[in-house]
Amino acid sequence: MGDPINLIGDWLRNLMTGWGLPENLATFILTVMGVVVMASFLLILDIALVWLERKVVARFQDRIGPNRLGPFGIIQPFADIIKLLIKEDITPQGADRIIYNIAPLFALATVLMMWAVIPFAPTILGADVNVAVLYIVATGAVGTLGVIMAGWASNNKYALLGAFRTVAQMVSYEVPMVIALLIPVLLARSMGLQAIVDAQQPWFILVAPLAAAIFLVTSIAELGRAPFDINEAESEIVAGFHIEYTGMKFGLFYAGELLHALTVSALVSTLFLGGWRGPFVDQVPILGVFYLFVKAFLIYYVIMWIRYSFPRLRIDQMLGFSWKFLTPLALVLLILTAILDKAMEGATPLVYTLVMLGMNILLVWATVQVLRTYARVERRRVAERRPVATATEADFKELIGQE
Amino acid sequence: MQNDWLFIGIFLILAPVFPGLALLIPRLIAPKKPNPLKSQTYECGIETYGDTWVQFKAQYYIFALAFLIFDVEIVFLYPWAVAFDQLPLFAVMEGVIFILILVVGLLYAWRKGILEWV
Amino acid sequence: MSVYQIVFLITAVVTLGAAVMVVSARSLVHSALWLILALFGVAVTFALLSAPFFTVVQVVIYIGAISILMIFAIMLTRRVMQDTGPGVNQGWWMALLLSFLLFGGLAWMLSTWEGFGTALPALPEGVDQVKALGVALVSPNAYVLPFEVASVLLLAALIGSIVVAWEKK
Repeated sequence: MGDPINLIGDWLRNLMTGWGLPENLATFILTVMGVVVMASFLLILDIALVWLERKVVARFQDRIGPNRLGPFGIIQPFADIIKLLIKEDITPQGADRIIYNIAPLFALATVLMMWAVIPFAPTILGADVNVAVLYIVATGAVGTLGVIMAGWASNNKYALLGAFRTVAQMVSYEVPMVIALLIPVLLARSMGLQAIVDAQQPWFILVAPLAAAIFLVTSIAELGRAPFDINEAESEIVAGFHIEYTGMKFGLFYAGELLHALTVSALVSTLFLGGWRGPFVDQVPILGVFYLFVKAFLIYYVIMWIRYSFPRLRIDQMLGFSWKFLTPLALVLLILTAILDKAMEGATPLVYTLVMLGMNILLVWATVQVLRTYARVERRRVAERRPVATATEADFKELIGQE
Repeated sequence: MQNDWLFIGIFLILAPVFPGLALLIPRLIAPKKPNPLKSQTYECGIETYGDTWVQFKAQYYIFALAFLIFDVEIVFLYPWAVAFDQLPLFAVMEGVIFILILVVGLLYAWRKGILEWV
Repeated sequence: MSVYQIVFLITAVVTLGAAVMVVSARSLVHSALWLILALFGVAVTFALLSAPFFTVVQVVIYIGAISILMIFAIMLTRRVMQDTGPGVNQGWWMALLLSFLLFGGLAWMLSTWEGFGTALPALPEGVDQVKALGVALVSPNAYVLPFEVASVLLLAALIGSIVVAWEKK
C-alpha cells in the first residue's frame, strides 16, 4: 500500500507528463517541491521546538513557562519571531561584514541539510545515498565552520574565544563519534540510513547500547549544549560566538541549535531505535513518520534532561573526557564488536543479540572498575600532604631573607 | 542513485534560501539607525582594548593535528565495515590490527602528555 | 550540452575562481575560507563522477579537518589582520610563467593520452562501490599492504607532529 506523500508525488508526475513535459523536467520539479516541503515542515517543527524547549525547561526549574499567549502559551514562539523580525540589526564596528552575515545562514542550512538523508518512513525519504552516515558527519563539520566564521568575524574577544572553544570541542568529540557511528554501520553492513533501519531486527540499542550512549554524548558535545556548552558559557564568555548577533541573525543560531538537537535525536532513533519501525508500519507506511518522531522527541527529552541536570564541564575535563575516556572505550568496543560479529556468523538472532548485549554489559562493568581504581588513586593523591604545607619555618626565613 | 544526489544538490542550493528569506524580512521592516556608540564591540561595558585577533596557544593546534590523523584513519575503516559480510576472518583481523596501530598512537600521545590541557 | 556538463562547468569555474582567490586574498582567514570553497568544488566534482564515498570523505577530511587545522594555524600566527604588505614579490612574473608552462605541459601530455577518447566501462549493475572498495582494501591480492602501511604512516605522522610541535618545558 502506498502512502499519501508518494501518491501525491505520482499524481503530480502524471499530471506534468500529461501536459507534455519531459520526464527529466518533471523529476526536477518534483524534487524541488520535495525539498521545499521538507524544509518548510522542518522549520515549522522548529517553531514548535521553541515552545517545547521553554515549557520543558520551565518545568525542570519549577516554573510554569510561557502561559499568557494562547492555551499553554503556544502562540509565544510566534510572538518571539515577530520580535526578532522587527529588531534592529546591528553589525559591530570592525566586523568582517560578509563572513559575519553568511555565518548564521550556515548555522541553519547545514542542519536542514542533514535531514535530506534521514528516512521518515519505509517509502518516504529524501535521498537514499549509500554513504549517508559519513554525509551526516560531513554536514556536521561544515556546521562547525559556521560557528568559527561567526566567532572570527564579530571582532569581539569573547566571540573569538567561543569559536576557539567550539573547535577544540568539535575536534575532540568527532573522533569518538565517528568510531561510535562505525558500529551500526558494521552491524548493518551499510552506510545508507534506510539500509541501517532495515537491518534493525532487533533494534541496535539492544545489540550496541554502549555505541548508542557514546554517540548521544558526543552529539550533545557537538551541539554545544550543556554540560558541554563551554563555547557559549554565559558566566565565562557571555555568549561566545553569537555575542554580537542581534535580531533574526541571532534567531537563526537559536533555531539552528534547537533543530540540530532534534536532528541528533532523529539520528539516534534512526541508528539505534529502529527509526520508523513500529507495529503496522508495513501496512500503513505513513505511520513510520509518527514512530520516528515519537522516538526522536523521546531522545530530545533525554537531551533536555541532561542539559538541565548537569553542571558545565571545564575545558580540561571536557577534553580529557573525550580523549582519555570516550575514545579508548569506543575503540575497544569497536574491536570487540567486530571480532564477536565475525565469530558468531550463522548464529540465531537471539543468541547473537544476547552475546552482544552481554559483551556490552561486561565492558561497562570493566570500565566502571577501571574508573573506580583511578578515582581511588586520585583521591589518595589529593589527600596526601603537599610539599607547600610541609615547608619548614627555616625555609620561609631563608626566602624572606633573600628578598 | 542519480535522483538521490539530485535531491541533495537541490537541497544544497535551497537550504540557505530559507534562512536567507528570514534575514531579508528584517531588512525591510526593522528600523536601521546605527550610531558609533551602538555598533561598538561589547566587552563588559568598557571600551574594547587592543587587538581582537590575539595569538592563541599552540595546544589548540596539537589537538587539531591529533584529530586530523585519527579522522583519516577511521574514515579508512568505513568501507571495511560496509564490506564486513564478504571478509574472511583474516581480513577482519587486518582491520583490528589497523585499529591497534591507532591505539598505539593514542597511547603515545597520552604518555607524552599532549592530552593534558595546560 | 547536457545538464551534467553545465553543472560541471559551473563547478569547475567556481572551484578555479576560489583557488585564484586563495592566493590573491589579502586576509589569511579569507584565503582559508576560499580554500574551503575550492575544496567543496572538488567534492561536487566527485559527486558528478558518481563517486559518493569520495565526495563525503572530501568534505569530512578536507573541509572538516584539514581546513580547520589551517584556520587554527592562521589564528596562531601573530597579527594576521595587520598584514598590509604587497601580495606579490619581484619574482611574480616568473612564477606566472612557470605555472603556465607547467599547466601547458600537463595539458599537452594529457591530450595525447588515448584514455580520453575511450568511454569508461560502466559499473556492473547492483555493485555497491563502497563494498567493493572495502573488499579491495583488505584482500591480500589487492591493497592490503598499502592499507596497513597507511596506518603506520599516519602513526608516524602523529608521533612526528607531537615531537615537532610539543616541546617539553
